[in-house]
Amino acid sequence: MERPLTKDMKTDGTALDIKEYEKTGGYAALRKVIKEMQPVEVQTVVKDSKLKGRGGAGFSTGMKWGFVPMGPDAPKIKYLICNADEMEPGTFKDRWLLEGNPHQLIEGMIIAAYAIQANFSYVFLRWAYREAAKVIQKSLDEAYKAGYLGDNILGSAYSLHMYLHTGVGRYMCGEETALLNALEGKRATPRAKPPFPQISGLYGKPTIVNNVETLCCVPHIINNGADWFQDLSKSEDAGTKIYGVSGKVNRPGAWELPIGVTMGELIEEHAGGMKNGYKLKGILPGGASTDFLTTDHLDVKMDFNSVAAAGSRLGTGTMVVLDDGTCPVGFVHNLQHFFAQESCGWCTPCREGLPWIEKILLSLENGEGKEQDIELIDMHTKLLGPGNTFCALAPGAMEPLQSAIKYFKEDFMEHVRGKKCPYD
Amino acid sequence: MLSQNEIQEIEHEIKLVPYKKAALIESLKIVQKHRGWISNESVDEIAQHLGMSAAEVDSVATFYNLIFRKPVGKYVILLCDSISCYVMGYQKIYKALNEKLGIKYGETTSDKRFTLLPNACLGCCDRAPALMIGEDLYRDVTIEQLDGILQKYV
Repeated sequence: MERPLTKDMKTDGTALDIKEYEKTGGYAALRKVIKEMQPVEVQTVVKDSKLKGRGGAGFSTGMKWGFVPMGPDAPKIKYLICNADEMEPGTFKDRWLLEGNPHQLIEGMIIAAYAIQANFSYVFLRWAYREAAKVIQKSLDEAYKAGYLGDNILGSAYSLHMYLHTGVGRYMCGEETALLNALEGKRATPRAKPPFPQISGLYGKPTIVNNVETLCCVPHIINNGADWFQDLSKSEDAGTKIYGVSGKVNRPGAWELPIGVTMGELIEEHAGGMKNGYKLKGILPGGASTDFLTTDHLDVKMDFNSVAAAGSRLGTGTMVVLDDGTCPVGFVHNLQHFFAQESCGWCTPCREGLPWIEKILLSLENGEGKEQDIELIDMHTKLLGPGNTFCALAPGAMEPLQSAIKYFKEDFMEHVRGKKCPYD
Repeated sequence: MLSQNEIQEIEHEIKLVPYKKAALIESLKIVQKHRGWISNESVDEIAQHLGMSAAEVDSVATFYNLIFRKPVGKYVILLCDSISCYVMGYQKIYKALNEKLGIKYGETTSDKRFTLLPNACLGCCDRAPALMIGEDLYRDVTIEQLDGILQKYV
């Protein structure tokens, strides 16, 4: 089983420096691209590899790059941005890649920037990732010194400047257009689309925003080819995926595995099953903004279409496990508290709706709720659903809530009947 | 008045962006680094330096979780209150911190040593519960460890 993204990392978790990275074959893909490939050829290989965005949305990376204006009439300034604002609750996969092998990301970013002919690039990193900030800045300095960044990379006509930007904390920065506003020094509110960032992004220039894990795949696709990347997987999606499991399991953690392993394999084999005394009750497959699945779904493959067919989303691929000793109402209250707090306030349904949902859930959790409250929040999962809000934050927030009501209705009812939380 | 150091650092950031306003978040970070927080005076001074209105500066300053518009202690404790830490019992850690330091979320100890704040997912869900003090990250935190951890910060 191949693990291209993580096999070269050190067991102590410290970052590979530039010499160590080069010894593992690092920057060979960049040399190949700069010396032998046209930008559009790079786009084509990545498109053919069927790489899909690993940040949650799962859009074809090559196609995304293909929307950027190219050729002599294209704008002179373009940007390539790495979204390293990992803030989806329950998600801890990019931290591993950032801290363990920063040069792999930087090489992927240079190749991606070359593919769209961008000369400026940012790593947008959340503040809390202090270790990542340290190693990325050090790695950027090393890459400049080695001639992989700066003017005339490896003696070619291509130049790229790359900067590290650390954010000041807001979930909204993960939304790509809000991230662009944050980089421009503004409030991180989302922008209307169209125009899409590929046409008019940072400072109104063509911009590509890709997730850390997505960009880390790129050097390996260049080195080994599109077919190799597709053959890595166990399903119709290509490549490997960094999966994670957290909650009351024996070995919580993250693993790079062929995309398409089943939920059951992840929980039982990799995470070592549930802790003694706890039973599995529910699963958020890919972070806080994905629908619950249950023990009936352990055979579902963790790829984009299979999880969607089961009624949820692969999301970030890092699952949170709900056990039978944790109150599902308290669990979704925690999630809605997060979303209500992190709503940017730009559109009314999200700004006003989420705090009310949070309040109703709290009263239910405290045994002060009525049966009609359950109907009321269920109705709001539709009112705040797709199409009714400016961006995907509130619809994402509604996914675990609507499915919690669907699968754990009896737990909600128990709070109303018993006038207290039965888990206390 | 912005200090010479602050001005120098802000000017460096302005050079990296197409127009002055775009350096606002960096300017807030710089002033906070030097003064610990962003006062009304700091808002005015940054606004003047970047050629913006104070209201515009404040709208950004109040938007972000880690820009402090009130004074904070020497060390800020960021306790992760997101879902995996919830499942693994961060509430017990909160209660213990609350009892040991005598402060709730948003409060500062009377000796100005610690401010306690909740923080959205710190991205170490496999080693929950987690917290940060200053720039240091602590994972798999237990109540028993808290005294030893807090002792390091004087």
